Amino acid sequence: MSLLAPVAGLGRATLGLLAALGRIVFFTGQVLSHMLRPPFYLREFLHAVMQIGWFSLPVVGMTAVFTGGALALQIYSGGARFNAEMVVPNIVAIGMVRELGPVLGGLMVAARVASSIAAEIGTMKVTEQIDALVTLSTDPIKYLAVPRVAAATLTVPVLVAVGDVIGIAGGWLVGVNRLGFNSATYLQSTVNFLEVWDITSGLIKGAAFGFIVALMGCYHGMTSGRGAQGVGQATKSAVVAASVMILATNYLLTGLFFTS
Amino acid sequence: MIALQDVRKSFGRNAVLRGVSLDIPSGQSMVIIGGSGTGKSVLLKCILGLVRPDAGTITLDGQDVTKVERDAFLARFGMLFQGGALFDSMRVWENVAFRLLRGGAKQPKAMARDRAIEKLRRVGLTPDVADLFPAELSGGMQKRVGLARAIAAEPEIIFFDEPTTGLDPIMAGVINALIREIVTEMGATAMTITHDMSSVRAIADRVAMLHAGVIQWTGPVGEMDATPDPYVQQFIHGRAEGPIAAIR
Repeated sequence: MSLLAPVAGLGRATLGLLAALGRIVFFTGQVLSHMLRPPFYLREFLHAVMQIGWFSLPVVGMTAVFTGGALALQIYSGGARFNAEMVVPNIVAIGMVRELGPVLGGLMVAARVASSIAAEIGTMKVTEQIDALVTLSTDPIKYLAVPRVAAATLTVPVLVAVGDVIGIAGGWLVGVNRLGFNSATYLQSTVNFLEVWDITSGLIKGAAFGFIVALMGCYHGMTSGRGAQGVGQATKSAVVAASVMILATNYLLTGLFFTS
Repeated sequence: MIALQDVRKSFGRNAVLRGVSLDIPSGQSMVIIGGSGTGKSVLLKCILGLVRPDAGTITLDGQDVTKVERDAFLARFGMLFQGGALFDSMRVWENVAFRLLRGGAKQPKAMARDRAIEKLRRVGLTPDVADLFPAELSGGMQKRVGLARAIAAEPEIIFFDEPTTGLDPIMAGVINALIREIVTEMGATAMTITHDMSSVRAIADRVAMLHAGVIQWTGPVGEMDATPDPYVQQFIHGRAEGPIAAIR
């Protein structure tokens, strides 16, 4: 009996994981199917655009500017080992638009938005507001999840684009003021080096990360347990799941986009 | 008429409803009493389709509630939740007019607002409350707003889940009187869940007692005090001794 206990535990954990994955896949299917069918809640969508997009701009901008600056310093000091200091503008630009802009932007939005969505919807669940929606002939997935997921999918790429510009500007500020680059040369080098696909791939990643962030927030909110502890757990799970899924999806998309 | 036949529901190993059979005639006010955790709210949620029963049938005017068109079915109901369940991101009037601003019963915004204010007046709230947020209201006012929302679309059937929980006796009396008035005025079928005996006496035409997952006793409210059923007698007199275990 005791010899089989670890195997039984592993089996239970595996079944639990598969069941959770199944529930997430089912929830994703429900959200996608509701996205295509009316009614559409425009007011809730616009509210979500403001909450997810506009109010995330400061945190994404701050993250990008410091990341761009730090990246410039690292590349300069690293590049100095093989006399490649001049690649700073190129690597800052490509690093920001392909990887750091979308990933750090996605992670910051996950921390800010997935937690807030999960806490809001979780609180609605424990205070019976979601049941109230149903009794008022309103589908909670359509009313709560679809506007948030659609808003995040559309606004996170915009945040990533703004973050890219601010990050490159951060690298430029450090390059010009601390590393002695000529301003016009730095900018010219950046513009000449970047290709459209570099930028587009980052924006596609941003859309995928936005979808993941809002989906995880909504899913964990709607499956929240009872009481303050249940909402706290849902919030934590939403941020952890969104962050891990962003990093995993980033690896998959990078492989898909750049290793053919 | 709402008819429940042998409705069963378990959560894991906990069998909450073990074969509930009950008829709620149209136009009557049925009050379900029973101790905490006996499944009163679960029963109500089963009727609304918020919880799916494991077995048994629930019909509304002879139609199985699991097979009817959901929106049309839910449009016949209004519900006052225990904690009000007001949407805290919306103003009071938007809560009351929620159904009137969306879906099949959608009305122009100004008309929906006027209707919401009319319903707020009906539950004794002044129009200046309309633009407040739920968090700015007292518990009693939130219950009234919840009541206004429940009756806003003039439903045929209204459910009240613990309508007086958390209110002082005077406010509880006000809410009880409002519920009785509104149900009579609208000619609605009402189902109320409570363990407040003053609510039972004020609201009920008929009473059903839920205990151990089944309906232990049902009858007109006027017969409740005289029934020899030991469960009902223990419950309505709040005795610690009797067939209902005090520690559950």
